[in-house]
Amino acid sequence: MADTEFEPRIIAFLCNWCTYTGADLAGTSRIQYPPNIRVIRLMCSGALDPVYVSKALLEGADGVLIGGCHPGDCHYQTGNYKARRRVAILKSILKQLGFDEDRIWLRWISASEGRLFADTVTEMVAALKAKGPNPLKGAWDI
Amino acid sequence: MVHSVLKTDGNPSEAIHSLLRRLLDEGIVDALLVPLRVASGDNTVQTLVRDARRLEGMDVLAPVMPVTTARLVSAITMTGIKERVGVVMRDCEIRAVVELVKLQQAKADNLLIIGMDCLGTYEVPDYADLMRSGADVEGALLAHAIGGQPQPHEGKAFRTACQMCEKFTPSHGDLRIHLFGDDPMERIHVEVADDLAARLGLEPAAPAQARENVVAAIARQRTETRDRLFASFRERTKDIAGLQAYLSTCIRCHNCMVNCPICYCKECIFRTPIFDHESEKYQMWAARKGAVRLPTDTLLFHITRLNHMVTSCVGCGMCDSACPSHLPIATMFRAVGQEVQALFDYVPGRSLDEPPPVATFREDELEGIQ
Repeated sequence: MADTEFEPRIIAFLCNWCTYTGADLAGTSRIQYPPNIRVIRLMCSGALDPVYVSKALLEGADGVLIGGCHPGDCHYQTGNYKARRRVAILKSILKQLGFDEDRIWLRWISASEGRLFADTVTEMVAALKAKGPNPLKGAWDI
Repeated sequence: MVHSVLKTDGNPSEAIHSLLRRLLDEGIVDALLVPLRVASGDNTVQTLVRDARRLEGMDVLAPVMPVTTARLVSAITMTGIKERVGVVMRDCEIRAVVELVKLQQAKADNLLIIGMDCLGTYEVPDYADLMRSGADVEGALLAHAIGGQPQPHEGKAFRTACQMCEKFTPSHGDLRIHLFGDDPMERIHVEVADDLAARLGLEPAAPAQARENVVAAIARQRTETRDRLFASFRERTKDIAGLQAYLSTCIRCHNCMVNCPICYCKECIFRTPIFDHESEKYQMWAARKGAVRLPTDTLLFHITRLNHMVTSCVGCGMCDSACPSHLPIATMFRAVGQEVQALFDYVPGRSLDEPPPVATFREDELEGIQ
């Protein structure tokens, strides 16, 4: 039944210089994508402390999307490379502790890639629907 | 490095102590950071000594580590010193100093690192019990130095971190004191930087023949213990419910963070206004979930600490020792650290020249993460 279908909630941390602007472009270009995403704008993917990604998942978000500039294109030269290491570490830790680390997506999406942004969100929503809700949703004792 | 031998005449502590005293007496260092026995006799505490007369209660063989010396080295070198300081450390402390130097939390320029073979350490209350009972704690351990596999006193255990420690011989240092592989009642072997050996007039001598095999045998047995503990941790934390059970008695005191040599942040995120919530928020969370455990964010605390420092965890186990609930935090950090460190082929404390994984990157790596 369509009206009771699980709708994943995605928290997105997007770089101001690329993916956030790419999301804007998707909007101004009137490209349709599912409304399952809640966007938080950062000045750089390298400014994202893993604590915020962990917090989102522990509080029941079904997925976390981290959007940064393509390698070599960081506005601050190297922030996205550092973000990539932090995400690799975070995923390894969460996987080892029994979490589903595939709920975290790191994607390089530039300011001109509105279509790629919309496609990424669409793809992520489908993947999360296949997974089902985050088992931590509603957990009181974490 | 020069290999040399100290004759001990049945008193290994005195042989080591008189060598250390010479460092201060002869002006090779201006100060020594060494363990001194407290007046009550049941503990030793790391002490910064400038007056050689204060070295009377020195006891570098006491198998106890009330705090990690790495934190103290950070404190006494962080803003720079002119004095040269000799610091006696176990290898876990030395490796933590290496990490802290790379994280710009300590300066090694004026340090003379004196590394000791570690015979294992007891929890502070256990050590104090043994001392009060009049046991010959050091003698009992030293008796095992020649053949290896030091055993704890009956009824007591070494700290878990020591039971699984496979790096217990000094990996850095201008002066390295070797206890394993020969009879400390007769002689103790030292490895000394060339210039220091010349200043101390230490004659070159052959290394202890048995040492390599003795050390390897201990390391092998510790590695087995380690792998058994890792396997048990991994079995227990296969899912989130398992992780919650593993940490069920955490009281969120932050002691593990306070005592960790690598957790250096002057203002830990968990002690900032980020976690000072408006009162109304608690009602909101309780309403959303039906109920909310207080204080909040127990899992978040441990997961975040792992994220922030597990790449540099040296496995000293001070987190275990500090935990009032006796949670096996060090096992978690070492087990998780093993896989995370392997991602970057990084061994904490191995070298001053390798930047910590979170402070650097390569352009061509981790392609699959995106």
